[in-house]
Amino acid sequence: MATEELNPNHYPAQRAAKVVQHYLNTRYGSPYKVFGLKKVYSGKVEDVTDIGVKYKLDLLVQEMIENTTVRCSAEVVFARGENSSQVQVSCEELLKINTTAQEEALYQQYKIQRNFLSAENLPDNYGHIEPDMKPLWHLGAVASSFVMLNESTENTLYNMARVANVTQLATENEQLKFDYHVLLHDMVSQEIIHWKLLVTWSPPEGVKVLEMKKLPHCHNCETLSDAS
Amino acid sequence: MTLGVVGLCLVVLLSTVGGRAERVEYDYYKYHPLSEISDWMDQTARDHPDIVTKVDYGKTHELRTISLLKIGLNTGEKKKAVWMDCGIHAREWITPAFCQYFVRQILQTYKTDPKLGEMMENLDFYVTPVVNIDGYCYTWEDTSTRLWRKNRSPSPEGCNCIGTDLNRNFDAHWGMSGTSFNCCSNSFGGRLPVSEPETQAVTYFVGSRKDDFLCFLTIHSYSQLVLFPHGHPNFTDPGHNELMEVGLAAADAIRRVHGMNYSVGTPADVLYAFTGSSQDWARLQGIPYTYTFELRDKGQYGFLLPEDQIQPTCEEAYSGALHIITFAHDKTFNGAMATVAAALWTVLLPVGVSTLL
Repeated sequence: MATEELNPNHYPAQRAAKVVQHYLNTRYGSPYKVFGLKKVYSGKVEDVTDIGVKYKLDLLVQEMIENTTVRCSAEVVFARGENSSQVQVSCEELLKINTTAQEEALYQQYKIQRNFLSAENLPDNYGHIEPDMKPLWHLGAVASSFVMLNESTENTLYNMARVANVTQLATENEQLKFDYHVLLHDMVSQEIIHWKLLVTWSPPEGVKVLEMKKLPHCHNCETLSDAS
Repeated sequence: MTLGVVGLCLVVLLSTVGGRAERVEYDYYKYHPLSEISDWMDQTARDHPDIVTKVDYGKTHELRTISLLKIGLNTGEKKKAVWMDCGIHAREWITPAFCQYFVRQILQTYKTDPKLGEMMENLDFYVTPVVNIDGYCYTWEDTSTRLWRKNRSPSPEGCNCIGTDLNRNFDAHWGMSGTSFNCCSNSFGGRLPVSEPETQAVTYFVGSRKDDFLCFLTIHSYSQLVLFPHGHPNFTDPGHNELMEVGLAAADAIRRVHGMNYSVGTPADVLYAFTGSSQDWARLQGIPYTYTFELRDKGQYGFLLPEDQIQPTCEEAYSGALHIITFAHDKTFNGAMATVAAALWTVLLPVGVSTLL
């Protein structure tokens, strides 16, 4: 099948690149490491029989907390007939971003705290997040990336709009555990989609999502309590 | 529910008027509820009576008044015009903030900036800070309503959800692409084109003056884009190349302010195909330079852009908007002057030659 050169600013390359962002967050993200898409330099697309559509991209990702940028090359395959994608990325520089100290400090702080954490509306209506809530917001963005990666197709462009609610839960092991209610925004449909996530994190294990559940769309709800 | 929303917006207005308000500098770098924006519009018109008039030009579904500020030096002649609207989508709070900033900026600088002074003389600026007033009020109710997008029209027959996406409701290839016919969708384009009172207000006001308008700018968020017609995937504007060139120059102007990259193109190329937009409708009326701005950011905060980003976002967008407006102005006015000069030479030259002879 013929390979077609893509305009890097047009939506096909941009949507595929967004999937790379989600993938990187699932692999490397943490309360102190969240990736965004900065720029697509070039892209190619190929229709592969029996497999799907394969995008090859040259892009710049940005770690959003420290504003570090890293150039990557990536392949994204949108499987035919499925709402799924396979991603392979190569960006060695990524591994040089070291957030171990901050992560350890946060982990210890959360471990020894007597009361379980909870927060809602990160950010609030004015875009504000209390500084000590920011790691929970970052963790929510990373956890959301697991959903966004799973849900992404050539016809979606996902971002996390807000953490509606996060509650820390008890655990039997070394992992910290959180219950998240997040709002995702799909740019293409302009819809806000609610998801509940059961999330664990520790510096050695990274972020994991144990359970994810899409909540039904409540059109005329006045309060969050109506949304279940 | 409707009465409650109207009540909420009204109560805030009354408490502002009732108190003995001291003159406080308006904070352009905070988000303001509708009552404060209305007061600001009245105050601005009072502060600059020679050049600012508040014009009421429609009603929303919940019967709130849609208003704009008409800004320009009164020359007694019919003038060419620039249109700018913000807040078509309720949750895009940065956009009403930008319209207010734009007004403040031109009023503050036209006396000292010769180019802007010239444009104030030759043009009238029509700026609507919030088109979708009902939707905007609704997003101020509480955290669960903050991400509302559409207006607040009741559900049509046979469907059970509120609201029409106003930027799918204009009469421009209506319903052909990127529009849902399910009233529960966030891109529901209405039962019919121009079915919504808000769309009707803009359509009637601009439509009845369409030959006056050089420039139509409609402001949205988020994605950092400068868009131009058309949203339909198979329809290319005859002026596509020039629109692209001017758009790219506007994006350069934006980048020079704070280094932010805005991509340029038609929605069908850089975002997603969709029809029924205000920009496409304006272009089909013959308005030459019509653009949609999608302001900051690219998804990190999205619609919930922090207040500390209002100032830099407004500064860069102002630079981009001014570039397009200046281009449209100069093409019309300096281009006209060049034509007059050429005509004058044509008359003078034969006279000079015959004299020599």
